[in-house]
Amino acid sequence: MGMMLVFVLILASFLGFELISKVPAQLHTPLMSGSNAISGITVVGAILSLAGTFVAGGEGVRIVLGTLAVFFATINVVGGYMVTDRMLSMFGSKEDSQ
Amino acid sequence: MIEETAVQMLYVLSAILFIFGLKMLGNAKQARQGNMLSALGMLIAIVSALVSHDVLEWQWIALGMIAGALVGAMAARLVAMTAMPEMVALFNGFGGAASLLVAWSEYHRYTTTGEFMDVSVLSLLIVIVTILIGGATFTGSIVAWGKLSEKLPSKPIQYPGQQFVNLLLVALLVGAAILFAPLRETVNIDSYTLVIATIILACLLGISFVIPIGGGDMPVVISLLNSFSGMAACAAGFVITNNVLIVAGALVGSSGIILTNIMCKSMNRKLSNVLFSGFGSGKSQSGG
Repeated sequence: MGMMLVFVLILASFLGFELISKVPAQLHTPLMSGSNAISGITVVGAILSLAGTFVAGGEGVRIVLGTLAVFFATINVVGGYMVTDRMLSMFGSKEDSQ
Repeated sequence: MIEETAVQMLYVLSAILFIFGLKMLGNAKQARQGNMLSALGMLIAIVSALVSHDVLEWQWIALGMIAGALVGAMAARLVAMTAMPEMVALFNGFGGAASLLVAWSEYHRYTTTGEFMDVSVLSLLIVIVTILIGGATFTGSIVAWGKLSEKLPSKPIQYPGQQFVNLLLVALLVGAAILFAPLRETVNIDSYTLVIATIILACLLGISFVIPIGGGDMPVVISLLNSFSGMAACAAGFVITNNVLIVAGALVGSSGIILTNIMCKSMNRKLSNVLFSGFGSGKSQSGG
């Protein structure tokens, strides 16, 4: 299982290196913002930290940590995608008007 | 609750959407659809996670998600066009903080179930690494946000012995990690003290890493911190053994490094120069 995950990590890292090659300068910030939204994937980890691992009655500290993690990660996800879309929408309309 | 195989297939689907999304974000004509595809991938991953277990604490998940969505949406809508880069820095910092909290929560589970001594050294080191990257990303991003929004002085803040302080922080972090994992049975130090110390040291490292860098270089620094938050998510994926966190985190981590490099090149700078020279207040680049 552990080796499999390392395998996945290495392949995904190389894919990430290859994915970005020539990016026009005006897309640097939206690309950064868009990939920042993807790093909000930790929201899945936050959800799983609250799901199905509790004995009956729950456990205070982990509920607090997990809820905060869900909260912060969701800000990252929702805010990240929306702000990227806003940047790209201005960009598109500028192109159209020219 | 649905079957594990189905959940894994959905995670693969969302990873594919992230890959296409990232690819399209680098192309002017497709960027907006690319972002939509990536958002769809995120939605699929979140829904899959929600249905993958018998969720006992659903009210807390719902509370966190609703509050986070409201704050994120308001911030993204209300922010001025010119203030978007610093908003990205802030969002990025929250992502790092979330990864830290996931690792902390997993560590807390080890202590309450009494399995702390049975967990492998490697797993414990990954917990520490997640806390370190997540914490440094969190405070580093907050400083970057402060510098760009001019809530902090955007000039490089330098003081004598700065490099020494950074080295000392790193040495203390390495020391804490060694006491926490490989030496946990021989040294009589409460592991919780070490975790809290690591959190504090990581947060200090993030601050001391970014304050000597000028406001003019902050876009590059934010791109680098974005890459770090991907690595933090990836490390958190190892802590809870989850594929989609590892894949998406690694994608962001490595593509972020490439983007950081491209951004440096377009400024005719080297990354090492941006990070360690204390220049970049916009005017003093002649010596770089």
